[in-house]
Amino acid sequence: MIRLERRPETSRAMLWLTPVLALILTILVGMVLFAMLGKDPVQTVVVIFVSPFSDLYNLSELLVKATPLILIAIGLSLGFRAGIWNIGAEGQFTIGALAGGAVGLAFHGTDSIWLMPLMWITGCAAGMAWAAVPAYLRTRFGANEILVSLMLVYVATLLLSALVTGPLRDPDGFNFPESRLFEGSAAMPLLMEGTRAHIGFFAALLAALVAWLLLGRHVVGFQIRLLGEAPRAARFAGFVEARVIWFCLLVSGGLAGLAGLFEATGPVGQLVPSLPVGYGFTAIIVAFLGRLNPLGIIIAGFVMAVTYLGGEAAEITMQLPNAVTEVFQGLLLFFLLGMDVLSTYRFRLRRRIREAA
Amino acid sequence: MELAVNIILGMMLAATPLLFAATGELVVERAGVLNLGVEGMMVIGAVAGFIITAESGSHLAGILGAAIAGAAMALLFGLMTQVLLANQVASGLALTIFGLGLSALLGSGYSGFSIPALPRIEIPLLADIPFFGPLLFRHEPMFYLSIALLLLTGWFLTRTRAGLILKAVGENHDAAHSIGHPVVLIRMLALAWGGALAGLGGAYLSIARTPLWSEEMTAGRGWIALAIVVFAGWRPTRALLGAYLFGGVTILQLHVQGLGIAIPSQYLSMLPDLVTIAVRVAIAASPPRAQLRAPGSLGRTFHAQG
Repeated sequence: MIRLERRPETSRAMLWLTPVLALILTILVGMVLFAMLGKDPVQTVVVIFVSPFSDLYNLSELLVKATPLILIAIGLSLGFRAGIWNIGAEGQFTIGALAGGAVGLAFHGTDSIWLMPLMWITGCAAGMAWAAVPAYLRTRFGANEILVSLMLVYVATLLLSALVTGPLRDPDGFNFPESRLFEGSAAMPLLMEGTRAHIGFFAALLAALVAWLLLGRHVVGFQIRLLGEAPRAARFAGFVEARVIWFCLLVSGGLAGLAGLFEATGPVGQLVPSLPVGYGFTAIIVAFLGRLNPLGIIIAGFVMAVTYLGGEAAEITMQLPNAVTEVFQGLLLFFLLGMDVLSTYRFRLRRRIREAA
Repeated sequence: MELAVNIILGMMLAATPLLFAATGELVVERAGVLNLGVEGMMVIGAVAGFIITAESGSHLAGILGAAIAGAAMALLFGLMTQVLLANQVASGLALTIFGLGLSALLGSGYSGFSIPALPRIEIPLLADIPFFGPLLFRHEPMFYLSIALLLLTGWFLTRTRAGLILKAVGENHDAAHSIGHPVVLIRMLALAWGGALAGLGGAYLSIARTPLWSEEMTAGRGWIALAIVVFAGWRPTRALLGAYLFGGVTILQLHVQGLGIAIPSQYLSMLPDLVTIAVRVAIAASPPRAQLRAPGSLGRTFHAQG
């Protein structure tokens, strides 16, 4: 019999090896899936993992996809470390885009370098406000933040849909449910002409750097880690749990709101009901794939961006259904969580001691 | 009278998928496991039920297939959390993400496809009673099944030895283990039951309610079912009440629209979500004496020492 034995200390090698193993396993299972769908498994995998690197435009698209994923995942990772489960980033993303976008639309045609920063601040603040709801309800009434933050995703999506078919609708848009385009001062500055990559990527890198400093060098980071690893000890040490809950939810909400605003004013270019495409949920996978570590999250954000772009390429060249990307991402999260057992436990063969007697 | 019957009937239809899923999750949580993947299991049940019914032409095969598919998803979750000791919250999310993706993949050839709706059973004589006849005796078989499974669950949890053991495992898994109960096995069985019922809840949507498949057709009902379990204080009878209350909120929006009140439909569609939040807060904020306690080992990882 094989049994599990708790390791005295988490294995550092395994900590970094498990995401790689999980990725390999996902690819193997994915190949079986492709074969079952009647596609050449090797060719499909090549399409998924090579085409995103084929030219400059595709590389720039990697930045486009990785930016919101990294921004959101950095925020979520702080909460996940402390055992605070904000799974409503998708809603905070939507509200950030909606509120910041509304500011841009209100100043339509204004030419000012201050417009964009004003939109950033509004988007970030709106995301924070949306995340403040579960924070308040959890700290004041003890209501579970998982359910509250998730339910607010549906509310945010419906609110976006209501407003772009109502007050925010493009007056010259033939009644389509969409806003005006963000132009001039209200458009996200691009990194390179002819691509959709925008300066939001630097914000994502900055967020990762700040998170890294916070976790390693600041007392708040210490409180977050202790609350997650030893909640009772944290309480005895006099940490105020409510403050950490507020901090984690506000930071993750603000970053998700900012990501939403970047997406609306950058790659998408207007407010449309289909703006939320699931980055808020995929970012949960990114956070775990990156081991809740800022540097890991940057790498994981790019890995996940590859699956998005590769999935799109496979959809076109291999005629795969678009749901394949989602299945792939779901599998990856499963394998990641399942492989975690290797870093905290080790397998031992059970010896029968009495047999010798 | 006619309107009252219609409203109550609409409430029952909306409540049935919630009741299935909540009844299943209630047993799972009573065994001490928090499976947040209800939405994923429901949507897999919906697609499996639809495809099997469409291919075999048999509703019964579709319903059974949905239950098995839901249970298979739950066992995958069990493998993750009970054998590989993964975090239950994260694994539940993974189950939902995976289920939504897999169902979209499986069902991609079936959108726009239609199957015959599940026929209603009209119980002779009783169905003709005014008011109560249409309400209680003219439903699809799955409606009766949802009530029967709830009663069965209630009986199992309160009246049988096995139910008592299941609750003991949920209250304190270490103690239950030390007196020789197979914790992991019991939890796996509870999970399979919960998954099968979530699958049935999904199948009710795709076979009985609207005989159509569309992506993400469960639309958050799995999450509402989770809220109902807390609302019910982990008691089957109160789960019935909770499911019908939430069902009532869902159809309220239709009737408000029917009255011709000029509110964009999106605001009305927010009602069930907002009510779910409000109810969750109301429960958390009520004085401890009035609250029913969650199972002691809920959500905690069990690792047998030695």
